[in-house]
Parts: sequence; structure tokens; C-alpha cells
Amino acid sequence: MMLIKKPDDIRPSEITSEANFLSRRKFVSAAAATAPALLLNSGCTNADTPEPSATSALVPNPLEDIMSYNNFYEFGLGKSDPKNYSGAFKPKPWSVTIDGEAEVTGTFDFEDIVGPYPIEERIYRLRCVEAWSMVVPWNGFPLGDLLKRFKPTSKAKYVEFETIVRPSEMPGQRAGVLDFPYVEGLTIAEATHPLTILATGVYGIDLPNQNGAPLRLVVPWKYGFKSIKSIVRISFTETQPKTTWSDAAPSEYGFYANVNPNVDHPRWSQARERRIGSRLFADKQPTLMFNGYADQVAALYAGLDLTRNF
Amino acid sequence: MPSLRQIRWFWKPVTFLLCLTPLAYLTLQLFEIGSLHLGPNPVEDIQHTLGIWGIRFIMLTLAITPLRWITGKAWLVRFRRMFGLFVFTYCGLHFLNYLVLDQTLNAGAIAEDILERPFITIGFGALIMLIPLAVTSTDGWRRQLGQRWLSLHRLVYLIGIFACWHFYWQVKKDIREPMIYICILALLLGMRVWRRYHRGKRA
Repeated sequence: MMLIKKPDDIRPSEITSEANFLSRRKFVSAAAATAPALLLNSGCTNADTPEPSATSALVPNPLEDIMSYNNFYEFGLGKSDPKNYSGAFKPKPWSVTIDGEAEVTGTFDFEDIVGPYPIEERIYRLRCVEAWSMVVPWNGFPLGDLLKRFKPTSKAKYVEFETIVRPSEMPGQRAGVLDFPYVEGLTIAEATHPLTILATGVYGIDLPNQNGAPLRLVVPWKYGFKSIKSIVRISFTETQPKTTWSDAAPSEYGFYANVNPNVDHPRWSQARERRIGSRLFADKQPTLMFNGYADQVAALYAGLDLTRNF
Repeated sequence: MPSLRQIRWFWKPVTFLLCLTPLAYLTLQLFEIGSLHLGPNPVEDIQHTLGIWGIRFIMLTLAITPLRWITGKAWLVRFRRMFGLFVFTYCGLHFLNYLVLDQTLNAGAIAEDILERPFITIGFGALIMLIPLAVTSTDGWRRQLGQRWLSLHRLVYLIGIFACWHFYWQVKKDIREPMIYICILALLLGMRVWRRYHRGKRA
């Protein structure tokens, strides 16, 4: 008798090799012509849409890079610590509390949060404030779609996010380098921008623990530390929320943290970045304004002094 | 106590090889020999490894004299020059890696870094001070400079301070690792100050 594998038994990695997955991307992105803003970043070769030179090299990093070079202080401070010390973390079951200035609030199961939305692939640049970068094919859905559901009131000017605190499973939380829980925030306009997503996976697999399982924010035009991981709370607030890094070093990290090659970190230049996975003798590449998403997001900051509001 | 002969023909070569192991290991990783390899950001790995060993050798060099006071073993001083030259080797390679692999010899970016980024300025300062110490490390220079040789080589205290400062300023948030070296340095320099003060009082 022939055994037929149930879909549940088949891991995505068994279905599609990474290389096939990448070549298939070309079809997918060609079909995504209804979303021109995203198409800009898809590395698409469709003749109808000429490639902008600044975004033409958007080839995702291998999964191995994405899973082994992380800043996730909850699991330790070294880049390989999140991979090495996140094994005990249990991302399921999971729930997210919604509270603050919204008509619908409460605690919702992960399935309840994620269930209603079709999962899309978004190939985004990721620029760390430490001047390195990657390209990551996230799977997720627009945060704005989720936020709508809770009917934020007119007082909801900001959205605050909080990472889980679970020192027994997160060894980095047992050391007091940062104040935990890790908190982050966006203006409501940033949070509902179509480029802002909640990611549940990468390369078609569930988010690995070290990448912020099971649910993380991805805001591609901001430095990586804004894209908070393992989210357990989303609050609508009237005032600008406290954020972990600007709280820890206010002169070095601001609330906005937009990628900006013209505003240096007090201790190092932000003009160029090292692309992870590049050849040993490769030059650093120039950092792009808003990480290359200026066309889509610059309007959010019209009239704002980006040197002061870094 | 080991004889001069033993030191020269056995302990020194053994120490020399031991001092080379971090560099050898890094080379194996770089060329992916065996199953060794660097991480996804090899330039950073090389930079950090060379820098941290530079600082460790500064600590070793500075530990010789206090160790001699404590143990009374004068032969310890015979290893000091070797450790000092390994400081120069690791720090020099650290700088070379920065120039070639990190900045790909981009003169503008390097000049901007050295002039405008205090942690790089201070690291560069430490490296510059290491040069005369390495050059005058030979017996000939030592004889020629006499008493001035000792004064010149006191620069190593400043180099130690600059190196730790460079490390402290470079980290994003986790100051624990640089703090370890700052504490060791404070201890090593503090012992010298303490001894000088007490000897002065007795005299």
C-alpha cells in the first residue's frame, strides 16, 4: 500500500530547495505587478518594469546567514548567541495582548492574530545600526491590516510593542545589559504603512527562535533594532512610547531610527554598510536613504528635521 | 629555576608557538581548513580576534613585572620582550585588517575615521606609540638608549590605557568584556603605583 504523506508531515524545506525557491521568486514577483511599491524591491526581471539601479542587487542572503548572525540580546550579546542559546525557547503556544486606545482589546491566541491574513513574501533589505546589512525574504502580513481590527480611537497616535520576558528560556534576560522587556514603538502612520509587516516566517519556514519566533515586526526603512521580536503586547498610546535603545543610550539611538547615511552614529559612520555574506575583499556598499525605501516612506517625515529626530 | 639554556632553547620557543596559536587558528578559519570557518561577517571576526589578542598580550606584558615582585622569579622578565612584540604583531594586523579588508584602502573613509571617531583615533594613537617600542626592542637599541630606554618604554602604560579605552568605546552596550580588561589593567598599574608610593615613603 502506498503511503501518502499528510501535508502536516511535510516540512517546507523538503518541498522546495532554497535554490528553487529563489528561482521561483522571479515568477512570483512578476505576478506581483499589482503592487508596484513592492515590485521595486523584488529583483524582478519583467521587461515592463525597468530595474532601478539602487535596488537591482536584492538577492536574499542564504538562510544560514539569516539564522546565524543575529542581534537578539534576550539570548546573549554575541552574534551567534541567539542561534546557540535559543533552543529552549518555546514559541508555541503564544498569545498577544492588545490594549490601550482602541475599542477592541484583550488577549488573543497566535492563530487568532495571524489567521485572518494571507501570508505574503516580502524581500526586504535589513540594515543594522552597526553598519552591516542583509536581504531577508520574510513571510508575513501588513501590520496595518491587523491594527484596523482593533478599531484604534482618535487618541491612538502611537503603537507600542513589547517582547516576551521569559528568563528561564532566554539566558540573555538573566544578565542585566538591557532593561527587559524590550519595548519598541512606531507612530500610527508608520505602523499602518503598507511596507510595515508582522513576520511569521522566513524562506517559507516558521520564524526560527533566533529571528524572533513566532511573531516579529519588520520595518525595512528603519535600523534593525526597531523591528522588535517575539511580540507579546501591542498597545495603542497617545504619547510617544519609551523604546529600549533610546532609553539605554539617548544620545546614540532615537525614537525614529530611520536609516540615514547622512546622520552618523556618534561613534561611527552610517554612510556605508558591510553586506553580510559578501566576498572577503568586497567593498562596503553605500547606505541608501531610508534604506532604499525613500520613494515609499519619505513623505511620512515631511518637515521633520531628521538630524535632530534621528 | 630553569637554566638560561632551558629558557632559550625550550621555554622561549614553546612560548613563541603558544603565542602564535590564535593567529594560526584564525588562519585556519580564514582558509576554511578542516571544518573550521569564520562567521557570516568574517571581516568583523578577524578584526575582533586580532584586537582582543592585542589587548591580552598587553596585559601579559604588563603582568611580568608584578609577577616577578610577587614570586621573586627574575627569569620571568626574559619573556617580556616576546610578549611585547606579540602586542605589536596582533595590533598591527588588527590595523592592517581594518585598512585592507574593512575599509578596502579607502583613504577618505580611513582619514575620516581616524580624525572624527574618537575610538578609532585613540586606537590609532596606541598603535603609533607601539612603533618606537617595537623598533627599540633590540639589545642594541637598549644599550644605546640606556636610561632613556626605560623612560621610552613606560609608554606601554599609556598604550594599555588607550587600548582598553578603544575597546570600551567601541562596544554598543555590553561593557562587561572591556570592563574585565580595564579591571586587570587597573590592578597591574595600581600595583606599580602602590609600590612606588610605599618605596618612596620608606626612603
